[in-house]
Amino acid sequence: MAKPKVAFYWCASCGGCEEAVVDLNEDILKVVEAVDIVFWPVALDFKKKDVEAMGDGEIAVSFINGAIRTEEQEEMVKLLRKKSGLIVAFGSCSHLGGIPGLANFWNRDAIFERVYKEIPSNANPENVFPKTKAKVGEKELTLPEFWDTVHTLDQVIDVDYYLPGCAPPPDLIMQGITAILEGKLPEKGTVLAPDKSLCDTCPRGENKPEKLSIKEIKRPYEIIPDPEKCFLEEGIICLGPVTRSGCGERCINANMPCRGCFGPTKEVIDQGAKGLSAIASILGVEDEEKMTEKDMQKLTDQIVDPAGLFYMYSLASSLLKRKRMA
Amino acid sequence: MNEPTIVSFLCNWCSYEGADKAGGARLNYPANIRIIRVMCSGRVDPELVIQALKEGASGVLILGCHPGDCHYKKGNYKALRRTHLLKKTLKQLGVEEERVRLDWVAAGEGERFAEVANEMAETIKNLGPLELS
Repeated sequence: MAKPKVAFYWCASCGGCEEAVVDLNEDILKVVEAVDIVFWPVALDFKKKDVEAMGDGEIAVSFINGAIRTEEQEEMVKLLRKKSGLIVAFGSCSHLGGIPGLANFWNRDAIFERVYKEIPSNANPENVFPKTKAKVGEKELTLPEFWDTVHTLDQVIDVDYYLPGCAPPPDLIMQGITAILEGKLPEKGTVLAPDKSLCDTCPRGENKPEKLSIKEIKRPYEIIPDPEKCFLEEGIICLGPVTRSGCGERCINANMPCRGCFGPTKEVIDQGAKGLSAIASILGVEDEEKMTEKDMQKLTDQIVDPAGLFYMYSLASSLLKRKRMA
Repeated sequence: MNEPTIVSFLCNWCSYEGADKAGGARLNYPANIRIIRVMCSGRVDPELVIQALKEGASGVLILGCHPGDCHYKKGNYKALRRTHLLKKTLKQLGVEEERVRLDWVAAGEGERFAEVANEMAETIKNLGPLELS
């Protein structure tokens, strides 16, 4: 029997998800033994025409990382959807929009203005901006359209499963691949990670006080956190309460708070709103009945950029999806 | 009827009673104030507010017991802090913060309910319908 065919593709992402595949180390040999990798632009020399030449559904599974923000990415993922039995959104950016999704605080014009004109290190006296078509001599050159809004993969094509994380950890990748190869798949649309919050599995959970109350918010650069204590106890905002577990507590173990890259658990619609809710409810709880409305406002005002903080990884997948432009 | 909808979450113990009082006294308040009774203003998750805006509301009004009067002791304090933070977040996302208002209406304050409801309707009328892409 022929080995199942697998494809990897990247869209708007940093390359960390490709690294995550390589980070499988020796395990990647088991994968290669069991499957044929038929498309992986970052590592292997297959072209778009090779994918086009395949039959519909011929690829068993395509792992797509990165958010979708250009016409070219849309075209490629639609092609892969057609040629693949299963599509796995791989990593935070394709799952939630991720860091590229923060571009949804602006639009194309604002981004181009900043990147090609305003940035101090730029020298662009002729105001050259990217265009989808340009005449160079006799020839016309084309570039794909750059959208105003960054999208998650499932806003563009039908997605079967999600491997969360920035980047997904090797153990979850292997579990996911094994489940696919053995045909032991959960319900369509499942995020292939535990449906528990990070606090549930946090190594600092045991030391967490019965009642959390934050009086003063500290940003991670302001103090060296005690590696045994719950971040929230020390006044450092941690999104563990509203983030799915399964990451191996990589950030926590590096003494950094959670920023939510795994997205929320199953029942949550909007991770940012939930994070905001959770943090607001423990701000100054201890003396809340003695506080004036002004005191409370002062407490919440310590969070300087709530939208950027609570939606750090999930803006593109949130209810509002983007900033409403005037 | 064509006025933009204002989804209004009223706490069971004070503000809903207050609205009832307004009704009993035949006080006028705008028809686009759509009331949802909840047990406490502290139960109004910011997710619910954003969902209301997403699904077509142009404003959200949250009414609870006056500070110190919460039936569950401290629910309204949480509502207050959440609303501060939510308004700031919405502003960053291009949604005018006036579209969300938290206020206090006691069970006996029928007139105050009508006043707040009318003010809110006026604010939203001036802002116009919320159009989300």
